[in-house]
Parts: sequence; structure tokens; C-alpha cells
Amino acid sequence: MSITILFVLVPIGAIIAWWLSQQRLTAKPWLEVGAIGEVPGTGALSLPAATIGLGVFLAVVSSLFALFVSAYFMRMQVADWAQMPAPKVLWFNTGVLILSSVALQYAQVAARRGRMEGVGDGLIVGGLFAFTFLIGQLFAWRQLNAAGYFLATNPANAFFYLLTGLHGLHLLGGLVALVLTIDKVWRGLELAQVRLSVKLCAIYWHYLLLLWLVLFTLLTPWVGDFAVICRQLLS
Amino acid sequence: MVDIAIGAAGTIPPAEVKDVELYHPKSWVTKYVFCQDAKVIAIQYSITALSIGLVALVLSWLIRLQLAFPSSFSAISPGDYLQFITVHGMIMVIYLLTALFLGGFGNYLIPLMVGARDMVFPYVNMVSYWVYLLAVLVLVASFFMPGGPTGSGWTLYPPQAILSGTPGRDWGIILMAASLILFIIGFTMGGLNYVVTVLQARTRGMTLMRMPLTVWGIFTATVLALLAFPALFVGCVMLLFDRILGTSFFMPAVVEMGEHLKYRGGSPLLFQHLFWFFGHPEVYIVAVPAFGIVSDLIATHARKNIFGYRMMVWAIVVIGALSFVVWAHHMYVSGMNPYFGFFFAATTLIIAIPTAIKVYNWVLTLWRGDIHLTVPMLFALSFIVTFVNGGLTGLFLGNPVVDVPLSDTMFVVAHFHMVMGMAPIFVIFGAIYHWYPKVTGRMLNEMLGKFHFWVTFLGAYAIYFPMHYIGLLGVPRRYFEMGDMAFVPQSATTLNIFITMAALIVGFAQMVFLFNMIWSLSKGKPAGSNPWRATTLEWQTPETPPGHGNWGKELPVVYRWAYDYSVPGAKEDFVPQNQPPVPRAA
Repeated sequence: MSITILFVLVPIGAIIAWWLSQQRLTAKPWLEVGAIGEVPGTGALSLPAATIGLGVFLAVVSSLFALFVSAYFMRMQVADWAQMPAPKVLWFNTGVLILSSVALQYAQVAARRGRMEGVGDGLIVGGLFAFTFLIGQLFAWRQLNAAGYFLATNPANAFFYLLTGLHGLHLLGGLVALVLTIDKVWRGLELAQVRLSVKLCAIYWHYLLLLWLVLFTLLTPWVGDFAVICRQLLS
Repeated sequence: MVDIAIGAAGTIPPAEVKDVELYHPKSWVTKYVFCQDAKVIAIQYSITALSIGLVALVLSWLIRLQLAFPSSFSAISPGDYLQFITVHGMIMVIYLLTALFLGGFGNYLIPLMVGARDMVFPYVNMVSYWVYLLAVLVLVASFFMPGGPTGSGWTLYPPQAILSGTPGRDWGIILMAASLILFIIGFTMGGLNYVVTVLQARTRGMTLMRMPLTVWGIFTATVLALLAFPALFVGCVMLLFDRILGTSFFMPAVVEMGEHLKYRGGSPLLFQHLFWFFGHPEVYIVAVPAFGIVSDLIATHARKNIFGYRMMVWAIVVIGALSFVVWAHHMYVSGMNPYFGFFFAATTLIIAIPTAIKVYNWVLTLWRGDIHLTVPMLFALSFIVTFVNGGLTGLFLGNPVVDVPLSDTMFVVAHFHMVMGMAPIFVIFGAIYHWYPKVTGRMLNEMLGKFHFWVTFLGAYAIYFPMHYIGLLGVPRRYFEMGDMAFVPQSATTLNIFITMAALIVGFAQMVFLFNMIWSLSKGKPAGSNPWRATTLEWQTPETPPGHGNWGKELPVVYRWAYDYSVPGAKEDFVPQNQPPVPRAA
């Protein structure tokens, strides 16, 4: 729980506190009547609603995974914990996911510069890489199963399947949004609309890449010692 | 008064939302069933929540009948009893209170009160309701599965939630967890809407500090819920894994009927941490919207500006932040480091400070106000009294030394029913009496309303005051029957019968309320657009009930805060938020 509070709730709380501090919360509204024709700013951000919506959603996802990681660390302390080896294919998958993120970043830059064909290419390549990543994850699962590391054998295995599975589901949801965006490009919608969708996809992809790097670090055994040190520092 | 020119703080919203951006229903189905209009979604949420709430009400009758007349009802087995208390608690807390405050009132009031045409993501908003309905149906389905719903208590603590002695072990616990997961997914969709609408879709002039406290309350509660519900999600997913796939996240090594189960090493405490990390903020997810709504009811019906508006806003935010660092006060008896106990007791008691500020401000708002004892006002007053009474026992239970002997007794049951059961329910009733005229265009019948109020209010005290006493005697909660216990005097049995009678009467009074709602729909007195002469924007709509897009051609412009009641020198005793100031003589 201390992990959730430290790494997610404190940063989110800081963002909220910073935002509130910009909002003139010390105003005395009972003394302030606006004049006709003078409209005060409402403090709304200039970003589109969808971007803010995605930001709020990512805060929720962060909270979700931080709680899983908290549970992971708490469960790890029980004596029956036996870390399993990470399949080599995970390194390949990580590389593929990085490429996927790069491709979407390329699409976003292309959208900003108004090069429509670059947008389509970037999205499709990014989507294919992401799909390859998912297949690779399934492959990792199969390898582990074949090696006898079943879900219920040890909580370490269970957490591995659970966290990778949940990350995969989030990516799958992202792929749905990506396909809708590709469809928009193909139907030749105006650039302004596509630009926002591409930007949101790219943000989500970078977030999921970052999340995967954190999970990968936590789930591989060589980090076990590191995790022990972290835990001692935190508790 | 000071006329000010506020130059700063962000962008100025446009005067007009382009019409093409609005969603237009094309057929009956898209207008009333798969509708993306927040007002219709709000009504759908409210009706669903109230309907499932009726199921929970009936369950509470069965619980009370069993407690008052043990061994008289052969139809209620001990297993049934456990299922009743579990489902009663779960429905009331999550599927009724949370859904009604945020999905019902949130959807209806946020766009209207901040001067928006609709929620910012109407489609997601619609899906949110249908996922919620699905969650309710999955919960109801567990009644019809072999073994019935889970009987593990609303906290679903493993290991007993998945051991074979617990009722509903086969299907009940699976459907319960699945239903909660669905609820959380649905809520997240709705929650994104509420937050982003408040952030981005406020009309011109509606600064944060001009928002009615209702919006502040719902907004803060939504932020809490978005961050806290994931903990329940994590708990439910891992519980499902333990139950279905045989993992040992929470399940320790257990010997059952002389046999070793395949589980080993899991930590039941881990589940408790996850559950209460959600469970405590949940109390405030229910309470904070109630705080906000009751502030508006009191100001409107006492014709007086809310006392200490700024303090009210700050207190809401502080309560929300503190609610994340008190969860372990639900786990004093689970065993913990005494320093942790001290920390959590301290944070728990600190919450009393912002809460007390709010209570003082409500009372000071009433001070020398022009109090109209309308039905919404009666309910608002009863909220203050009940919340203080329930909150005071919270101060007892927040201290580990006092909590340990009282833990798991009826005292705890009485405490939380007062503070997070009856108090928010009173606000819900008050709010329904208050806003029903806006939703339907007709007033609820006042005579029936007053009858409903007095029976419910006095009845609630007849139920829960004696229950504190029974708890102090040491009568444990969740027990099917007490049998012969030396420490339970005969008077406790008599009291139990009295409580049950009161509970049945209060329950039937709700039928009067339901009748009133249905009858007034066609026979009620026409309300006009602003029957309470209130200042907030939802009462200034061109049509009543508000039409599609809420605001006719142009969005309202806000010139003042939400509480300009009885302003000296004003023509009327209220000045609507969107009324332009009188131009000064040149």
C-alpha cells in the first residue's frame, strides 16, 4: 500500500493540488459580481476534452497497476514465494513494443506536419508491431507452461500471468482505438480530427510502453534482489 | 460590493457550442432507451438504483424478522440469513447509494448546474449506464444459481468467502466479484464524464468558486471513486483467480473436513488492505455528494447564503484527501503494529475537524435564516442531526482501545447505519423532493411527503438508537440467533422485537413515497420553472423539464455565486446566477 501511496497517489495528489492552486480558491465569490460583457476565465484548460479524459483514464490505470504492484510486494514476503525465470522472448517483445511506440510517434509527427500518408503508414506499422507484441506474450505464456510454470503452482507465476494478461488487455483495447483511427484516415476525414486521435493513440502507447518496462523490471528474477532492497527502504 | 475584472485563470469558454457536436436522438429507442442525453441516463440510473434498493429493503425486513423472532421462520436458514446480510449490504452501499449519487444526481445536475449542454462524452456515458445495468443483473442472477448468492458478508473476506462452508461458494462469490468488476468498469466510464465535464464544460463566468456545493461534492466524490475503485477491482480479480484457477493470492493453507486444500501461503490480510483501501474512501464517495447537496438544500430553503462557502469547499477537498490514509481503522482487530494503529487512529480523528467545520457552517447558515419547513428542508435538517449522532459514535470507534471490545458488535452496525446509511438516504429523499419538480415539471404531494418524512425520521431513530445499546451489551453482529447467552438480558430480546416493528413500519412508509412519485407524475401540482425560487442554473432553464441541449439557443452567462439569497436591496429574495448586474448610472 505504501507503494501505491508513494508512487501514484502522491504524484496525482500533487497534480490536483497544483491545479487547485491555480484556481483562485481563496476568492470571495460573495463579494464578486461580474460586470456585463466581462467574462472571467473559468480555469478550463485549453486542451481538448478528449485529451483530458485520456489523462484522467491513465490516472485510473496507474492506480490500478500500482495496487497490483503493492499486492505483489506484500505477497512476495511470504516464505513460499519462488521467482520463476523470465523467458528470453520477453526481451524480443520489449523491443517490438518500443518499435511500436516509435512508429506511432512517427505518425503523430507526420500528422502535426500534415503528411497524411505518413500518418497512415505509422499507424499501421505501429499496430502490427503491437499485435506482434501480443502474440509474443502468448508465446511466452506457452513456453512457461511447457516448462511447468503453471499459473497456480506459485504466486510468483500467478502474478506474472495476471499482470502480463492485464497489460495485454489494455493494449488490446488500445488496438481497437487504433483501428478506428486508421479507419478515419482511410475514409479521408479532415486532418484536424485525425490529428487528435493519432495524438491520443500515441500518448496511450507511450504510457503502455512505460508501464510494460516497469512490469518487466519487476517480474524478472534479477530484479528480485533489487526489489528486496526497495522493500526494505519503503517499509 | 466590489466589481472586479478577473483577467487570469485559463481560457474563456465559447458562447456557443456548435450544434453539430450535439447528439440528436432519431427514434423512440435512441430517445428513451439507448439514449445519450445525460438527463435520460440520470433517470435510468435512478430508477435502476431505486429498484434494486427495494430488493435490499425487503432483505432487511427478512434480517430483522429473523433477529426478532428467532426460530419462528423455518423458511430462513442460517445460510439464507448470511446471504441476506451480504447482499443487503452490498446493494445498499454500491448499487444504490454510489450509483444514485454519482450516476443519478451526477448525470442530471452536473451539466445543468455548470451550464453545459450535455456531458462531454455522451456515448461513453450511455455505455456506462448499460454496463451498470448488466452489473445489477449479474448480481440478481446469483439468486437463481445453485447455492444462491454469496453469504460471506459484504466485505467478502477470504478465506471463508471461498471455502465450502460458506453459502454461495459455488456461484455466488463468482457472480458477486464479476458484478463488482462490471460495476467498476461502468463507473469509470461515467466518472470520466463527470470529472471532465466539470473541468472543461463550464459555461462562461462559471469559475470553480462560483459552482454550487452540490457540484463540488459530486466532483470530489468522483475523483475519490476513480482512484479508490481500482483497489476493489484488484481484490475482486485476485479473488476470482483464487476461486476459479486455484491460485493462492489470499488463500492460506487450509485443512477442510480433514483434507488439505491445494491452497498455501496466501495472505488474507492482503485482501483486507485492498478492500478497505477502497472501502474507506467509499464512505466518503457516498458522504461527500450528500454534504454538497444538503448545503444547497439548506441555503435555498432557509433563504440565506451558505455560511463559509470557501471553508465548505476546502473542507470537501481535505476530507477527500484524508479519506485515503485512514483505511486500516477497519482492521484494528486484524492485528497490526501498534504504531500503525496510532497513525490510523490519529488520521481518523483528524477527519473530524473538516467535518465539524461543515456541520458548524450548516448550523450557522440556519441561524436567523428564513427557514421554510418544506419537505426537502425537513430531510436536510434530519441529515444534520443524524450525521452528528452517527459521527459521534465514529469518534468512539476510531480509537483502537474502544474499538477492540466493540468490534463486530451491533454497536458498529448501528454506527454505520446512522452515519452512512440513514444520513445519505435522508439527503437522497430531500434531493428527490427538491429536484423532482425540475425533472418532471410537477410537485410531489406535500402531505404525503411530510408523512413519509416523519415516519422515516422517527422510525430511523427507533431502529438505531436501541441498536447501540444492544451492541454495548455485547451482542455480536452477523449472528443468525443468539440462543441462551448469560450476558444478554431479556430486555435485549424485547428491544429486538421493537426494532423489527419499527423497521417494518419505516419500510412501508417508503411505499407511500413510491406511490407519491408515481401519482404526482400525472396528478401533481404543476411546478413552474422555479418553484423553490432558487438561484442555481438548473432552475433557470427555458423549458421545464429541460429540453434537449438544456439551454435553448444560447448558453447562460454566470455573473455571481450560487448563494445570493436575501441580498439587501435586491427586488426579490434571490438573485439567479445568470442575472446580469444592474448597470451603474452613468
